[in-house]
Amino acid sequence: MTLTSPQFKDNARAALADAQLQRALSKGLGFVERRRLAAERLPEFEALRDGARDIKNHTLAHLDLYLEAYEARVIAAGGQLHFAVTAEEARAIVVDICRKVCAKTVTKGKTMIAEEIGLNDFLEQNGIQPVETDLGEYLIQIRHEMPSHIIAPAIHLNKDQVEADFRRVHSHLPKDRNLAEPQTLLTEARGVLRERFLSADVGITGANFLVAETGTSIIVTNEGNGDLTQTLPKIHIVLATIEKLVPTLEDVSTLLRVLARSATGQDMSVYTTLSTGPRRPDDPDGPSEYHVVILDNGRSSMLGGGFAEMLRCIRCGACMNYCPVFNAIGGHAYGSVYPGPMGAVLTPALVGIDKAGHLPNASMFCGRCEEVCPVRIPLPRMMRAWREREFERHLSPATVRSGLKFWSFFAKRPALYGLVTALASRLLWLFGRSAGRFRRLPFAGGWTRHRDFPAPQGATFQAQWRRRRN
Amino acid sequence: MSARDLIFGSIRRSLGVSGKEAPRRKTVGDRLAQHPAGLVPARGQLAAKERLALFRTMVEAASGSIDEIADVADVPSAIAAFLRAHNLPMAVRRGGDPRLAALPWERERTLEVSVGRSDGKDVVAVSHAFGAVAESGTLMLVSGPDNPTTLNFLPDTHVVVLDAKDVAGDYETLWQRLREKFGDRLMPRTVNLITGPSRSADIEQTLILGAHGPRRLHVMVVGKSE
Ligand code: SF4
Repeated sequence: MTLTSPQFKDNARAALADAQLQRALSKGLGFVERRRLAAERLPEFEALRDGARDIKNHTLAHLDLYLEAYEARVIAAGGQLHFAVTAEEARAIVVDICRKVCAKTVTKGKTMIAEEIGLNDFLEQNGIQPVETDLGEYLIQIRHEMPSHIIAPAIHLNKDQVEADFRRVHSHLPKDRNLAEPQTLLTEARGVLRERFLSADVGITGANFLVAETGTSIIVTNEGNGDLTQTLPKIHIVLATIEKLVPTLEDVSTLLRVLARSATGQDMSVYTTLSTGPRRPDDPDGPSEYHVVILDNGRSSMLGGGFAEMLRCIRCGACMNYCPVFNAIGGHAYGSVYPGPMGAVLTPALVGIDKAGHLPNASMFCGRCEEVCPVRIPLPRMMRAWREREFERHLSPATVRSGLKFWSFFAKRPALYGLVTALASRLLWLFGRSAGRFRRLPFAGGWTRHRDFPAPQGATFQAQWRRRRN
Repeated sequence: MSARDLIFGSIRRSLGVSGKEAPRRKTVGDRLAQHPAGLVPARGQLAAKERLALFRTMVEAASGSIDEIADVADVPSAIAAFLRAHNLPMAVRRGGDPRLAALPWERERTLEVSVGRSDGKDVVAVSHAFGAVAESGTLMLVSGPDNPTTLNFLPDTHVVVLDAKDVAGDYETLWQRLREKFGDRLMPRTVNLITGPSRSADIEQTLILGAHGPRRLHVMVVGKSE
């Protein structure tokens, strides 16, 4: 993945000026209203969120043991388990498996882990063609883009862009065909991808959950692409990270009850598929090899620390749907695989706060993300914690640091603080009272460039407070 | 050190554990063996009649269609009628499931019935469900010698036959039935939970049915619930 998080401010500015993107975002995310309705329809929803949080906490606290149990069940079912500490190791394992069967094309169900490890580019470099089969992922693959949302990767596109891309890429189809509607676009994609499904040598999917009780991997989709991906080829590879573990099928039920409701507002996604091992001796279909690649990529060191709670995330996307910053700039501006509030907490943990320091700052702390998170991750608190770390490590810009130093000098001396603020507001009142506001102020260009600064009306807050108490 | 050892080592270092602590091992062992259920919503615990009514409502809410058929012998004619009503070719592909094999297909002379996995050319598939969950209108299908998974995804129309008595209130009941049938901690290769026909909203958030899987899902509930 190419990380552009360090340029977040420029990205955000460009996103706000991008007419196509703003057109797509202006529709608003339908998920928000649908989630609200789904939650209202289920009286137990809030209690289920508590249950989901507790299951994840319990699993993370015993992760080594559940991982051991899971490993034993995968092997007992005839599956093969591979461990990868880093992204490079995971990529190498996947390519090795593909090489053994001389794979030419690989179909892929939606997997954020593949994005995280930059799998597609690596497969291509090794002469293997990856084909994304989730419609949204397919759209961004043919545009060579990153997903802009973890469950709706092409939410930033408009249908005329999709039409133009299809005409460019599906050049074998009649030129005069009608592609004006989402329905015709979908039908065309279905036809093109059907061929790819049937001819692929290897299918790669992610996993929403790994079940320790049975050695099962679970995917949740609405299109059915993940199922064709993992059923038709000879080999099924599952890419998953360590925090996907859950103890039992009963625990899966609780998580499923909050997942789709939080994500799309459905009571249940269309396809929830449990896979355990390869096809059995007399099965008429299914893959003859089943591999699971378990990736760590920095997660094990998050356990037990200040950001451990982030590992509860079930990737529903609710936090970004409800985030005013995400709604204004879209997902690409974050410059990393994981956008929005969950990305603002996770990305610094994965790539370092030095590279992703802007992300936890891209928040107004309105708290909506935490309000809707199905596993109750305290996202605002953790963004604040990243800001503190960034400050401690002297990573925040010099102007911010000296500004804060200047302020703290006075804040620690209350008498002086009162005197200086009284003086300053008196001065501002003198100069600004006729207009009632300032269009420009020295040292405050960052503020006045976009809005006026109101002229003070009367005494300072502290002075008024003192007077009122007497 | 292998990647496996490095990962286990790092997890244990972060958690401050060795992995040998008897109480932790017992907690995990007990949970895996006893698989305690969490909170089951009230709507997942209805009595038989209301349960079936809720199942119907939820299937329809998920854009599926549903028929109730009193006598199992009438299933082939109900399928033929369904195909005619939707202008579909009079041909279905089904798995070898004994419950489907036992149906009087010969009564429908014009209906062509073939058996086996799908290669992608079949228009209509008929499967038999393992069970269903009323709380969300979800079908459960399991793979096996007589139940090809490809039938659930490749054909354009999917007809699923379901015994009324197999409609459970919640997922938990079906997990337990899986354990009874396949053994503790054992699973068939594939368990499909299916809630309505395939769909996508990836283009401008417009919801369209029939993305990669079936465009149409029809459930036939056979017999009485208890
Ligand atoms: S942080 Fe919470 S709301 Fe955001 S994607 Fe993860 S689980 Fe969903």
